[in-house]
Amino acid sequence: MTKPPPILSLRQVRKTYGQIEVLHGIDLDIHPGEVVALLGENGAGKSTLSNVISGTVPPTSGDMKWLGADYAPASPREAMDAGVGMIHQELKLLPQLSIAENIFVGRYLMKAGRIDRRAMEDRAQAGLKRLGLDIPPSRLVEGLSTANQQLIEIAKALTLNARLLILDEPTAALGGEETQLLFRQIERLKAEGVGIIYISHRLEEIRQIADRIVVMRDGAKVQEFDRGDVPVRTIVEAMVGRSLERMFPEIPAPADSVTLEVEGLTSPEDRFRNISFSVKRGEVFGIAGLMGAGRTELVRALTGADPIHRGTVRLNGRDITPRSPIDAIRNGMVLVPEDRKLQGVVLDHSIAENIGYANLPELAANGWITQRKLHAFADDFIRKFGVKGHGRQNAGELSGGNQQKVVLAKWLARKPQVVVLDEPTRGIDVGARSSIYELIMDLARNGVSVIVVSSDLEEVLGVSNRIMVMAQGNQAGILDRKDANDVSVMELATL
Amino acid sequence: MLTQTKGRSRPVGPQLLGSMRGATGPLIGLVLLCVFLSLWTDTFFSLRNFLNILDQITVLGIMAVGMTLVILIGGIDLAVGSVMALTMMVMGYLNVEMGLSMGIAIPLALAAAAVNGLVAGLLITRFNVPAFIATLAMMSITRGLANMITNGQQIIGFPAWFNMAAIVRYGGFLTMTVALMLVVFLLGILYQRYRYGGRALYAVGGNPEVARLAGINVKLVTVMVYVVCSVLAGLSGVVLGARLDSVQPSSGVGYELDAIAAVVIGGTSLSGGTGGIGGTVIGVLIIGVLRNGLNLLSVSPFMQQVVIGAVIVLAVTAETFRKRK
Repeated sequence: MTKPPPILSLRQVRKTYGQIEVLHGIDLDIHPGEVVALLGENGAGKSTLSNVISGTVPPTSGDMKWLGADYAPASPREAMDAGVGMIHQELKLLPQLSIAENIFVGRYLMKAGRIDRRAMEDRAQAGLKRLGLDIPPSRLVEGLSTANQQLIEIAKALTLNARLLILDEPTAALGGEETQLLFRQIERLKAEGVGIIYISHRLEEIRQIADRIVVMRDGAKVQEFDRGDVPVRTIVEAMVGRSLERMFPEIPAPADSVTLEVEGLTSPEDRFRNISFSVKRGEVFGIAGLMGAGRTELVRALTGADPIHRGTVRLNGRDITPRSPIDAIRNGMVLVPEDRKLQGVVLDHSIAENIGYANLPELAANGWITQRKLHAFADDFIRKFGVKGHGRQNAGELSGGNQQKVVLAKWLARKPQVVVLDEPTRGIDVGARSSIYELIMDLARNGVSVIVVSSDLEEVLGVSNRIMVMAQGNQAGILDRKDANDVSVMELATL
Repeated sequence: MLTQTKGRSRPVGPQLLGSMRGATGPLIGLVLLCVFLSLWTDTFFSLRNFLNILDQITVLGIMAVGMTLVILIGGIDLAVGSVMALTMMVMGYLNVEMGLSMGIAIPLALAAAAVNGLVAGLLITRFNVPAFIATLAMMSITRGLANMITNGQQIIGFPAWFNMAAIVRYGGFLTMTVALMLVVFLLGILYQRYRYGGRALYAVGGNPEVARLAGINVKLVTVMVYVVCSVLAGLSGVVLGARLDSVQPSSGVGYELDAIAAVVIGGTSLSGGTGGIGGTVIGVLIIGVLRNGLNLLSVSPFMQQVVIGAVIVLAVTAETFRKRK
């Protein structure tokens, strides 16, 4: 089979920032109608490469050709006009505007000096139809599911006649069902000859969607596979540059004594009801379920972040039902929240300050907090947790994995008895994931009760002693490690 | 081991400079301004004139410290000018009309200011009224109350020492009011840099949800900040009363904007979480020096407003430009 000529081809593309070269001579061809998975750990250069292609940053040297002609976009707008659609991980839609307005924002169709809503809605409708979406384009974006918002971003790129789509972690926030919906749409686009660069950390789904795989590491292309169904382990080994013994560390056996007892916990907004479970000392307790099952809401209430309507939380037999995060923290129960960037760290403050914020009472034990004390305290934890960064660096400059370590570090300084982690590895690359798992196991070994909420089924199964499955706000069941597998969990989750 | 201790103590030098972090730009601006005025006029560069400037910035300086705290947590307080007037009127009424000694009248007047801050803080935290609206309402209410006390009339007849506190230069150097301002600056900087509550302001301003989940009592911090800001506004009113030897309910109109300008020129971001009182001190000095200098150059007061506006724009754009680099 001879491939049609590439839509985009890169030759020896390099990018340097000051002295540091972050892209080392990348060669890449994207042909029409193929999905190329771009894989690599955070910091491998995937984002820089997609930014170069989408005109956000100019390459330092190298050739780019678009449909055979020289291609050097000076701005995202120019790249868009050429036919490159970049769909960012964080969706950039305006919730208070309609779907049609979102699709045409910045280039509203005009007729006689007025915005031509009719034409916009017609063309938006056509774009939505192409993706098999049956939503009226006059609807506000607010309230649409994440998957649908994702599709609207794609529809937006399509109405701008994109020939090449760059999807950056499109499924990071999607459930299984929604992911399949997205994949069906991607298949359609392939059939129409659109080329797709697909960036994801979910290696399991690559097999299903990718035609080719390009693996990057440390700014270089290290390996290329001409098919999609490469074993996950092979990909991971290429990504981390070493062979992996196993993905999950060994799970220590919990003690017999129960630390945390939750009884009949119910949310005031009915997001979850009548949840009862207990966690032993040194146990890792997983919570699984589909999107919207109420897992995040449950653990937020458990740690005082959201109000509790009914039910009790007991720690070592004592009623500590928290009314605020302060309550929970004082009793030794801490939350590593779902959204690192919005709830975990202050991005434009330094690592040391971020670690300090959760430990101000201890730092101010004698009344005074000096920078020296703060940095000595923080450096200790930065070292202990292997955070790749300096205390004075802003948290926003760190990779996701290192940010997560900072969030963990700020809590563990308080020697908590119960640590709740909500989606601990979301958006974190594979190499850093295993070090987060190691940290979880360390906690368990030291007698801490750990609760892990995750949408990643393999992860919950891999790290938990027991797993509670939630379905639509109800407790569907609790499975022992030996009974838990993807089938038994999914059966409960879809109750 | 030895090297490690050494390694840790190294940042002490930069740390002292760090108290001006984010304010290096304004500091350079201030120095340039002083150099320029020294060369351009023969009256600017003298101890006497410098002490004059200090006298002139006392009211703004004390008020701007409180405003810095509010802006650090991402808030705004539009009521400070009115709170200042109310404090002055309460103080005048208690002392002159009711015959209470100043030792009682001043604390009670400051307590009235604190109540204003408390109400604003509770409106913001309990009823989720945006700070802009809550303090806009308080600005109007407080101004009305200040006027109601004497039906818009001024009060005169304070004890003689009160006015002297703003005039007599102890040791040929500091008036009581300037000394008070310097103490407020010092306490403010120490609190903000080295105390639990001060560090918590940065967390709340940086991201209130992160702060809340980190176990910081965001609501309490917020209320306290508005109370402190109001008390400092009241204190600046006491100082203004001393300087004028009278109080009037129309005092302080538009002062809130001067205070905000000083804070912003000093490099504190209106979105909260960055900046500090060190920068505000410089911002206040820039405004003070600029006004003084423009007077020495006989620039009309109208033109002065134009210049100060331009300086605000310059300060903020320079900061944005520096960050982009």
